[in-house]
Amino acid sequence: MSDEQPIHFHNMKDMPSTHLLGTGTPMCAGCGGLEALHEIYDILGQRTVFVNAAGCMTLLSVYPFTPFRGGWLYTAMASAPAGAQGVRDALDILKAKGKLPEEEDMQVVVITGDGSAYGMGLSATSGAMDRGLDFIYLCYDNEGYGNTGQQYSPATPHAARTSTSKGSHGYPGFKKDLFSIWAANNPAYVATIIGAEPLDLAKKLEKLQAMQGPRMLISLAPCPTGWDFDPKHTVEIGRLAVKTGVWPLKEYVDGKVVHTKVPRQRPPVEEYLKLQGRFRHLFEPERDEAAIAAIQAKVDAYWEQVS
Amino acid sequence: MSRLLLTGNGAAAWGARLARADYVPAFPITPQTEIIESIGGWIDRGDMDARMVTLESEHSMITAAGAAASSGVRAFTATSSQGLLYGMEMLYTVAGWRAPFVLVNVSRGLSAPITLESDHNDILAARDCGFLQLHCASCQEVLDSVLMAYRLGEHPEVRLPVIVNMDGFYLSFTREPVALPDAEQAAAFVGEFDPGSLKFSASAPLSQAVAVLGGGPYSYFRYETHLAAQQGLAAHDQLAAEFAEAFGREYHSVEAYRMEDADYVLVMMGSFASKARDAVDALREAGWPVGLARIRLLRPLPAARLRELLGGRRAVAVIDQNLSMGMGGVLHSEVAGALYGAKDAPPVLASFVGGLGGRDISQQEFFAMVEQLRRAADSGVTPPPRLLYTRDELAEVRKLQAIAGVERNELGEDQ
Repeated sequence: MSDEQPIHFHNMKDMPSTHLLGTGTPMCAGCGGLEALHEIYDILGQRTVFVNAAGCMTLLSVYPFTPFRGGWLYTAMASAPAGAQGVRDALDILKAKGKLPEEEDMQVVVITGDGSAYGMGLSATSGAMDRGLDFIYLCYDNEGYGNTGQQYSPATPHAARTSTSKGSHGYPGFKKDLFSIWAANNPAYVATIIGAEPLDLAKKLEKLQAMQGPRMLISLAPCPTGWDFDPKHTVEIGRLAVKTGVWPLKEYVDGKVVHTKVPRQRPPVEEYLKLQGRFRHLFEPERDEAAIAAIQAKVDAYWEQVS
Repeated sequence: MSRLLLTGNGAAAWGARLARADYVPAFPITPQTEIIESIGGWIDRGDMDARMVTLESEHSMITAAGAAASSGVRAFTATSSQGLLYGMEMLYTVAGWRAPFVLVNVSRGLSAPITLESDHNDILAARDCGFLQLHCASCQEVLDSVLMAYRLGEHPEVRLPVIVNMDGFYLSFTREPVALPDAEQAAAFVGEFDPGSLKFSASAPLSQAVAVLGGGPYSYFRYETHLAAQQGLAAHDQLAAEFAEAFGREYHSVEAYRMEDADYVLVMMGSFASKARDAVDALREAGWPVGLARIRLLRPLPAARLRELLGGRRAVAVIDQNLSMGMGGVLHSEVAGALYGAKDAPPVLASFVGGLGGRDISQQEFFAMVEQLRRAADSGVTPPPRLLYTRDELAEVRKLQAIAGVERNELGEDQ
């Protein structure tokens, strides 16, 4: 439903040159979630209603400002997909009754953080997928309750220090596999993306725009304030997340999972970890070899079963 | 116009159908479920041109209703008790969106202990959320109130969601003869849905329900919602007059029953007011100057009307089918607030709590309450709040406790 004619994203030259999302938002400098949103919005176009759940991005629209050229509706932490249901159904009803011309229709996009997507909002998301709701869900995953100061969430990776896991070993749990949970609902499309890989992101957006039904995206969102790194490293950390194999780029369609970028020569995960203050305790005051090796082993095991 | 034998639930469903609701987000809960089953059946048979979707919770259901009303369609939904509370966050939220739609609540006591039967703690928990509230005493009133609620909520000076409340079982499952308004006449009364400024379309960008920073703008929007709710008083009176003109049935924000020369007045809400009417008739026959004031519009609170009806009486009893733990009856404090400082406020405003979880209030108890009012008026001393309960009921509970004790002890021996 983009305003533009279909474009095929083969290389970076094909990327949109006009940028839709307004600048001057209250997001933190170097926000990896905002980076992905910029890229996604440029491709989706302005005929988009974003339905938001409580999280960092809620602050995008603070009265009387909004960076959006289309629609926006803030709901609550648990029920953004239900808000999308109400908006989608209303637009369909109006179209069926001849009260909304086709060219006035809009696509509905849920945008939530991992706190909502991995936890409180999971029931509403599952329900929306059960009902085959025609919508896009974008989770910007900064691996913690970022807006409240980065407490650990079900998306927090093992060993990360957060403001509620400050001990010497960081977060004892393991990042939940939301991709698989969503895929188990058998929606039309599920993909992982990251702003640091805009071409991969654009290809996926292009693919899902040709589909109907629930289309689900999880974007890893490097978070300078929550992960403790200099904002200038957002892109580099994002690229390393992919290169080291920590953040597999993949998609689920027609019952199959396909990896869209398989890192053949994976640098050690510590190259990704050591750039982030949340993992500093693994390197200082002395290296925690066991912990680093355990993280590496988990990543290796993942890619073992891929190839 | 035809007459049907309808349950309160059936009447609510007919209200939604006659108001030509476009969209019905739903979730089942006893004793409300018959409403959504009726509507679902009509949609399946092509008798009602609406879209129904079952959400996975009341929280989502109210979100979807508010979102649809904010996107340009007329929405209807229904719930009860635990469901209303599960969606409580969204009651406040969608009222703040100023999204007009109608929610029927079928009142049922709240857990714990979990129960199915009626009282008003659920609906009174939603007292402050921004939804206007209409409380019904008959199945006919349920149907009529749904039609009026759309007019009220969509009124340009109001623009708020409205809850129509009925008592579970007593109304929801009781069949009464209901005059069914003619479909075209009902449609003409309710009118077309006017989305106002709330809609999404490609050519009219709009960010809704955005955040505010600081108490200044927050207070401004909250005050605006309050002032809009207060506009509901005049709006209700005006549309009730139009309704009476069109359909011949009169409704007031507070129903006054045999209030002429009444020294003693009972104040109530909901279907138990029918029991009170019977009691008033019997008391009048026995020579007692008693009347009944039934609050139908709880939000906005018709405080001036209450002062007008209750001013100058010897004594007033507020009968609450709810209990605010550590305080008492919620309606009692509402009425006290309305009367305080009024020159001719009744010297005695007694509080009785009863009818919890479907418990009956007997005529004998109405007689006893009025007798207490008389004694209080004579002595000038308001009695402490009374929780209605009989010796027989206590004996019954003692029996249950004894059985529970035996069960526990026997289980203990088995282990």
